[in-house]
Amino acid sequence: MAPDLYSFHVTWFKVVLALFGLVILVILLAPVLGSVPVSYNLRSIRARWTSTIVAVLGIAGTVGVFVAMLSLARGFEATLVASGSPGNALVMRAGSTSEMMGGITLDSIRVLQDAPGVARDSSGSPLITQDVLGVFPVPLISTGTDANVQVRGVSPNVLDVRKFIKITQGRMFQAGLSELVVGTNATKTYQGLTVGNKIDFGGGHWQIVGVFDAGGSAFDSEVWCDSRNLNQVLQRPPNIFQSATVHLSSADAFQEFKDTVVRDPRMNVDVWREIDYYAKQSTRMTTLITYLGGIVAAIMAIGAIFGALNTMYSAVAERGREIATLRALGFPSWNVTLSFLFEALMISLLGGVIGCLAVLRLNGITTNTMNFQTFSNVAFAFRITVDLLSWGIFFALVMGILGGLLPAIRAAIRPVAVALREL
Amino acid sequence: MKFARIIFANLLRKKVRLLLTIGSFAVALFLFVFLGVVRDAFNRGADVASADRLIVINRTSIINSIPLSYRDKILRIPGTKAITHNNWFGGTYIEEKNFFVQFVIDPENQRQVFPEFVVPDDQWNAFLKDRVGAVCGAKLADRFHWKIGDRIPIKNNMYDAKNSAWEFNLDGIYHGKQPKDDETQFWFQWDYLEERVSQGFKGQVGWYVLRVDNPDDAPRIAKAIDAEFANSPYETKTEAESAFAAGFVKQFGNIQTLILSIGSVVFFTLLLVTGNTMAISVRERTSELAVFKAIGYSDLTILFFVLAEALTIALIGGAVGMLLAASAIPGLAIALSGLLPSIVLAPSMLLFGLAAAILTGILSGIVPGLTAMRLRVVNALRRV
Amino acid sequence: MVKVDGNGGQSSLIQARDLDKTYRRGGEDIDVLQGLNLDVEAGEFVAFMGPSGSGKSTLLNLLGGLDVPTRGRITVAGDEITHMSGGRLTEWRARHVGFIFQMYNLIPVLTAFQNVELPLLLTKLSKAERRAHFETALGVVGLSDRMHHFPRQLSGGQEQRVTIARAFVSDPTFLLCDEPTGDLDRKSADDVMAIIEELVSKYHKTVLMVTHDPLVAARANSILHLEKGVLVEGRHSPQETAAGGVA
Repeated sequence: MAPDLYSFHVTWFKVVLALFGLVILVILLAPVLGSVPVSYNLRSIRARWTSTIVAVLGIAGTVGVFVAMLSLARGFEATLVASGSPGNALVMRAGSTSEMMGGITLDSIRVLQDAPGVARDSSGSPLITQDVLGVFPVPLISTGTDANVQVRGVSPNVLDVRKFIKITQGRMFQAGLSELVVGTNATKTYQGLTVGNKIDFGGGHWQIVGVFDAGGSAFDSEVWCDSRNLNQVLQRPPNIFQSATVHLSSADAFQEFKDTVVRDPRMNVDVWREIDYYAKQSTRMTTLITYLGGIVAAIMAIGAIFGALNTMYSAVAERGREIATLRALGFPSWNVTLSFLFEALMISLLGGVIGCLAVLRLNGITTNTMNFQTFSNVAFAFRITVDLLSWGIFFALVMGILGGLLPAIRAAIRPVAVALREL
Repeated sequence: MKFARIIFANLLRKKVRLLLTIGSFAVALFLFVFLGVVRDAFNRGADVASADRLIVINRTSIINSIPLSYRDKILRIPGTKAITHNNWFGGTYIEEKNFFVQFVIDPENQRQVFPEFVVPDDQWNAFLKDRVGAVCGAKLADRFHWKIGDRIPIKNNMYDAKNSAWEFNLDGIYHGKQPKDDETQFWFQWDYLEERVSQGFKGQVGWYVLRVDNPDDAPRIAKAIDAEFANSPYETKTEAESAFAAGFVKQFGNIQTLILSIGSVVFFTLLLVTGNTMAISVRERTSELAVFKAIGYSDLTILFFVLAEALTIALIGGAVGMLLAASAIPGLAIALSGLLPSIVLAPSMLLFGLAAAILTGILSGIVPGLTAMRLRVVNALRRV
Repeated sequence: MVKVDGNGGQSSLIQARDLDKTYRRGGEDIDVLQGLNLDVEAGEFVAFMGPSGSGKSTLLNLLGGLDVPTRGRITVAGDEITHMSGGRLTEWRARHVGFIFQMYNLIPVLTAFQNVELPLLLTKLSKAERRAHFETALGVVGLSDRMHHFPRQLSGGQEQRVTIARAFVSDPTFLLCDEPTGDLDRKSADDVMAIIEELVSKYHKTVLMVTHDPLVAARANSILHLEKGVLVEGRHSPQETAAGGVA
């Protein structure tokens, strides 16, 4: 039942949005459709510039917060989603909600190696990495207090499996040694994670030998080492891993691979496209940020609309006689309404643009937070896209309409005689 | 106060504008309070931390376990009063989005170490006798409409290779002593976990929570514990509960900064809107204010009129905002439950909001008030 | 008795000596009043006339403590107001002056009686005492039945009458009127002037009035013209002539 209600709301929401879009279009055509000249609006805006600035800033602030919070959510999601590639399949124990929970034996890995669709390197070895996961505390550069870094023990041939990851500094770790390679974001976020440094954890000394670039994905916040070494440190049984990532011969090979593996009676696993798995991983945090941001933006929007209403009402009040004169001269009422709405839209458009420009500076700035689902710290960046900005502007225009409608109507329907009498 | 009538008459001059300004105030203050409440939720762990409690975790990694055998060794250190242990269960109740915190507890010592969680004795006794019994917090029970006697199935992949459902009987519901205490936890017995897990997992706890006789003693005891287990396969890291919680919060990144920024934007915008409204209303009344001055009302009295108007709007708007907050936030809390630690509206937050309203009222009235104060009668009353 | 030659002596209620007032307009200094003298005894009803821009309102503003002269002295009931500080001047105005302007007198959001009560709020009278005062005042101007009406519900003439009530409700030393009938039709103007005359004849109030309307001016006891920055005695009003000329 829940999904149906949701999609019902979504459809209804889309209809309302479309309606608003239509109204905006009509109003923007006001100079063409109506006869009240635009210069009239511009002059009046300039005459009441303090009120106008107030309304503009109110809308700018709301749009800014709206875009900023959504770009935060988008950034988090993008980071995680980028961690997956369509040509890889993730295999975990059946029912695991995340890699951390899983458990796969070496025997199962052997079954995977023989499954159809697995890509092989030049010497015929299957491109599979079996991963072990842990977290350990390292001080953050920003606060000096500890945060949990995700450590991933991988197979030495991992770079052939996750092909989009490249070593940018130093070199890859050598199999069997206590060596680490560090993601680009991890280097920037934590103290001491630089090439040449030694760090201690798990009762051992580790040498950092390289930095890798994972294209802005979650892996960039991770530290990698040999899975056998990590198992030792975490005091886990040596031949048990938490997940296996398989590089498929082609993205289409996924289904065949999955079917074969899942139906095998020796196996008790789930198979995901890597991309789908990471998309799911980000939902909780993304949902939280989106909800919070949505609530905040909604509340601010109401405040901004009030501000716009105030401005527009005072505009109507102060120009009472002018309006009455216009109407006495023969301008039809709807002309006057349209003119006021146009003015409201100009003001809100300005506010929206200012709001967008103000937060544009945030684009690309990285911050970090804890991913609830893995207990590890993930660095991600504000991600402001063109479509997000467009939504911001649209939002501003909607606020403008809501703030300008009632005053505009009032301007049109007030009896001319009354208006003329008011001095 | 005899000037009250004048002030109110002026406020009611333009009712629509008054309503809009009050509305702006109400909305802004509601947002203030909401942001404050969210910030509190993030800081909750540090807030409810007890000065006399320490947390002992595995030094290597928080997700590594520590042996149960450490318990007696820790208790032998002078100054320790009581100790209990917890494991993180991390199971799924029906579907993933129903997430809530599940702890495997040591029932014998739970109440000594966490006295803020209150369970009626009869329920607790039933729980103690029930191997598959469970106790949950009142808010959690509300969320899923659980009653005592319900069977709660939880699937767990970490401890159970078959990922089968572990069924528990809800034997008790606990309440927190203070509103901010966490009532969303789910507890069951460590003995049961021990029974069901495979050999590799037996005898391990996630972390210890320890109560000390004297909070001042805490640093010494922490050092002593860590020294005791240094160079062992399971080295420990012991810190005060508040430090532990604070560290946790810091990992959420710049939440404080984010909230502060939004709060400032809101405050500033509100100031602008109300200040502008006051300015417009003063401008409209220049000749009236001149008449007041001619009659003999002092400049300061005029300033007082304007400030009083601004303050009245602020207080009414603030009160409305507080009311909105008090009624809407519980609903929002439910919508966000599972995503954030529980959201609680403390009375002190409402007071803080009111203070913010008053401050904004004064600030927004100052400039228009000064303009009104400095108005010269002769300039204002020009002959037509 | 009203004198403009500076030889008024001690019996004047209101006294102005060597009054100068200069304005700076567009880079130029304009001398509106130049060495003006005035003596007015208690109970007088004086009308000031003169061409537009001659400084009639300026003179009224100075006498009422709304402005300060560039040079000279103003003394009212023994107090010299020329060098009073802003705060003291405001207090002085409250005690001693009642104002009636041409327009914008009444506060539109207050009822008639609330408007009349305004000067009383500055005193220490109790609520009941204030009520007694404003009810009396409204009675004098004949608007007791309109006490609870708002200005927008009153005609122009009625508004001015309420203004008059407010002007004398706290028993000020004198009343200043600046074109009190300027906006009114003939009938309303007559009603207003009748009340002002009654204030003078029956209640012994001192009234200084600026007007451009000779018919209105004629109802005063003396008419003074403002010419070239000083006051000049004008035609005697009929009452004066009957009483044997200006003293």
